[in-house]
Amino acid sequence: MYKPFAITLKPGTSLANMTGTWRTERPVYLNRLPPCNNACPAGENIQGWLFHAESGNYEQAWRVLTENNPLAAVMGRVCYHPCETACNRGQLDSSVGINSVERFLGDEAIKRGWKFDAPASSSGKRVLVVGAGPSGLSAAYHLARMGHQVEIQEAGPLAGGMMRFGIPKYRLPREVLDAEVQRILDLGVTLKLNCKVSSIEQSMKDGRFDAAFLAVGAHIGKRAMIPAGDAAKIVDAVSVLRSMEGEDKPLLGRRVVVYGGGNTAVDVARTVKRMGAEPIIVYRRTRDKAPAHDFEIEEALQEGVMIKWLSTIKHAGDSSITIEKMALDDKGFPQPTGEYETLEADSVVLALGQDVDLSLLQGVAGLEIVNGTVQVAPNMMTGHPGIFAGGDMVPSERTVTVAVGHGKKAARHIDAWLQGSSYQPAEKHELAEYGKLNTWYYSDADKTVRPMLDVIRRQTSFDEVQGGLDESTALFEARRCLSCGNCFECDNCYGVCPDNAVIKLGPGKGFQFNYDYCKGCGLCVAECPCGAIKMEPEET
Amino acid sequence: MGFQPVKFYQTGTFTIGNRLLEPDERSVQSGQARSNSINSGHRACQGCGEALGARYAIDAAMAESKGQLIAANATGCLEVFSTPYPESSWQLPWIHSLFGNAPAVATGIAAAMKVKGKTEVRVVAQGGDGGTTDIGFGCLSGMFERNDDVLYLCYDNQAYMNTGVQRSSATPPAARTATTMPVGPNPGNAFGQGKNVPEIAMAHGIPYVATATVADLRDLEYKVRRAMKMHGARYIQIFVPCPLGWGTASSDTIRMARLAKESGMFPVFEAEHGEVVGVSKIRHKIPVEEYLQPQKRFAHLFGTNGHPEMVTRMQAIADRNIRKYGLLDEEGC
Repeated sequence: MYKPFAITLKPGTSLANMTGTWRTERPVYLNRLPPCNNACPAGENIQGWLFHAESGNYEQAWRVLTENNPLAAVMGRVCYHPCETACNRGQLDSSVGINSVERFLGDEAIKRGWKFDAPASSSGKRVLVVGAGPSGLSAAYHLARMGHQVEIQEAGPLAGGMMRFGIPKYRLPREVLDAEVQRILDLGVTLKLNCKVSSIEQSMKDGRFDAAFLAVGAHIGKRAMIPAGDAAKIVDAVSVLRSMEGEDKPLLGRRVVVYGGGNTAVDVARTVKRMGAEPIIVYRRTRDKAPAHDFEIEEALQEGVMIKWLSTIKHAGDSSITIEKMALDDKGFPQPTGEYETLEADSVVLALGQDVDLSLLQGVAGLEIVNGTVQVAPNMMTGHPGIFAGGDMVPSERTVTVAVGHGKKAARHIDAWLQGSSYQPAEKHELAEYGKLNTWYYSDADKTVRPMLDVIRRQTSFDEVQGGLDESTALFEARRCLSCGNCFECDNCYGVCPDNAVIKLGPGKGFQFNYDYCKGCGLCVAECPCGAIKMEPEET
Repeated sequence: MGFQPVKFYQTGTFTIGNRLLEPDERSVQSGQARSNSINSGHRACQGCGEALGARYAIDAAMAESKGQLIAANATGCLEVFSTPYPESSWQLPWIHSLFGNAPAVATGIAAAMKVKGKTEVRVVAQGGDGGTTDIGFGCLSGMFERNDDVLYLCYDNQAYMNTGVQRSSATPPAARTATTMPVGPNPGNAFGQGKNVPEIAMAHGIPYVATATVADLRDLEYKVRRAMKMHGARYIQIFVPCPLGWGTASSDTIRMARLAKESGMFPVFEAEHGEVVGVSKIRHKIPVEEYLQPQKRFAHLFGTNGHPEMVTRMQAIADRNIRKYGLLDEEGC
C-alpha cells in the first residue's frame, strides 16, 4: 500500500494484544441463593417464578412455582410469607409482595384452568398417604408426578385437613381450596374420604402399598385444668372451627371467652364475631409475646374483638369467669398478682394448642414418639422402614407452608427409597445478602397494598377479608423483585466492560467472559445490580 | 427535558439493557450488534473510564449514522492506548494528526465530504480535556464559530493523564496532580475561576451542547444520537473517571462518575443554541465528601492534617451547580 506521509493501520488489529495477561483477579458468574428462597419453608424458587411473572408469562411462572408447591392460591392467602420478611428489598423501600403475586398466579391458574403435566412414566409402585391435609396433598402431588400410584386415605368427610377445618372461610374461601385439591386428584391420585386408618401396618398390607406417608396432623385440642362450675360451657377451639364446616354451627352464647394467644385463638374469636357474638381473648402474656401474628391481632382488633392481655382464667362459672391479672417477671414470664376480675361469659373456648392422634401407630415396630410427636430422620422416615411422616404430627413449626414443605421433602425421599437409593439434595448456593447488590440500578417503587374488606362486612360475613391484585398491579409487584444473586440479563456487565471482554450470548443464554482480553478491573462485579458475578484470584 | 427514563421495569432504564423493553427502546450498548468501535486489546488501564466513554459515544454515533462515520482524534490517552504502532483498536475510519488540531482536521474532513457530495458521511472529533480545553481550544472555538458540521466529543478526566497526570484547565480545585502537589498552605490545584468549556461552547450559540457521564449510559446515548440528528457544530463533554490519575480502584470508575453527578460536582445538562433545555436531576443527593474521599488525589483534604475548609469550598461549588442548573427537584430528594 502506498504510504505518502502517514501510517495506515488495519482496523481492529489490537486483537493481537492479549490484555488478559495483565489480570490478577478474574470475574466469574455465579448464582447466589436469594433470601426469599432461603426462607421459604416449602422450598419454592420464588426468584425463579417471579422472573417469568415479570415478563407477563404467568403460566410459566405458575408452572415453576408448582414444581415445588401445588397450592399456589392457598399459599397466596394463608402463608405467613417468611420470604417477605427475608426479602432484600425490605432494606431498600419495602419488601416485594411475593404472597400477593403468588395468590394472583394461583387465582389465574384456577380461572384459566391450567393443569399439571401428567407423569411421563409409571413406576408401578404404590404409596399410601394418610391424611389429606397440606402435607399429605403435597406428598401425593409430588409422588404422582414422579410416576407413583398414590392413594390418600382421609378420616374426615372432605379433603384439606386444617386448611378446611382449622382456617376460617374469611381467610381461605372453600372454592379455592376445592379447585387446588381437585387439580391434584386429576393427576390420578385416589382419595378415599371417611376412611380412618386404625392400623397403618394393616392398611399397608391390605392395599399392597410399598411405602406410606403419614400426615394426620394435630386435631386434638389441648385441655387445661380450669376449676369450673357444673354448668360452665368449655369447648376446644379445634372443634369449634371444625363444626363451622358442618350443618350444626356451634352454640356458644353471646359472650365468648377465647383462652390463648395463638393464631387459632384469633381465628376462633374472629369467627364467633362473624356469628354475632362478642368474643374476648384472654391471654396470659403481652401482645408482643403472643404467638399469633401481629397483623392477625390487628385485624381482629379492627373487627371489634376484645383482648385481655396478662390474664389467666382462675375459675369458670355458668355465666361468668374469674380472671387473674398477671405481671411479667425479669425473665419475661407471667407471674400471678393476686388481683382478680370477673367477666361475663356464656362459654369458654380453649385455644391452647393441639395434640396428635397417634392411635394408628399402635404396635408399629421401631417408632419413636417424644412429647406426643413422631420422630423422623432427616429423610422424613420414621424408625419403621418405609413409613414416613410429616406435617403437624412431627416436631416442627405448625403452619400450612411447613407442612407442604414436609410433603415435598418426604416425596423425594420416598421416591429414592422405593428405588433403593437415597436422595441427595443439591448443595445450597451462598446467600445473596443485601451488601452483595448494587441497588442504585433499581427503580424506586413502593409496595402495592392489597385491598381489604370493609370492617362492617368483616364483622357480619364470612367474605374473604383480603383482596387480590389485578394483572397490572401483580405485574408491577413482580417487577419490584431485585432478582438477588441471579442474573436477569440487564446487560450491565456487557455494557460496562471497557475492554469488550464480555460476550453476550443472546436472550435467555446469559453472558460469558472473554478472558483473553479481560484485564480484571472488576467493573462488571461492582456494577452488577443483583450480585451474580464475583472476583476470584487468578491461579499463579 | 432530557432523557426520560422508563419506570417500573424492575430496573427502569438505569441498567445498560432491559429484557422487558421493546426492541426500539433498547440501548445501543445492550445490543449484540453494537459496532464495538474501539475493540479489545487496547492498552488502556484496568477500569479506564475514557475507553468506556469512547465506546459508548462512538457506538451510538455509528448506530445513528448507520456506520457512515469518520473520527479525528487529538493526541492523548485515547489516541495512545488505542493506536500504538502497528496496531489499532478502532473499527471505523479514524485519523490522528496533532495534539491541538483535531477540530480543524475534522472540519477539513467535513468540507471534503461536502465537496465529494457524500452527505451521508458524518464526522466526529474527539480528545481528552487537555487536548480540548487547553491545547486545541483555538481550533475548537474556530470550529464552533464557523458552525462546521462536526460533533466534538471531549472525554473529561480532569488532567493530562497520558503524560503523567499534569494539571489541565479542567482539573478541579484542590486536586493533587504532578504539577499541583499537595504541599503548602493551599495544597493541590488552586481555587481559580475555572474554565467551563460547555458554557463557553454555549456562548458560541452552536446548535447543541451537552454533558454526560459514563454512569448514565442511556442519557449519554440519547445525547449523542440527538446530536447526530443535527448539523453544524455540536459539543458533548463526557465525564470519564481515571483510576490512575485520581487514585481510585479500577472497579470504582462508574461509581465515581455517579457520585460526581449525585453530589452536584458535575452537572449533567443539555443546551440548544446557547440555552439549557434539560438537566439530569440528582436522584439521591450526597455531600461532596462522599465523592472526594475515595479519591487519593483529594486525600490531603481529609484526616488529621486535613483541610475541612477546602472541603467546604468544594461543597459551595457543588451547591452553586445545583442552584444554577436546578439539579434538585422542587421538593428536594
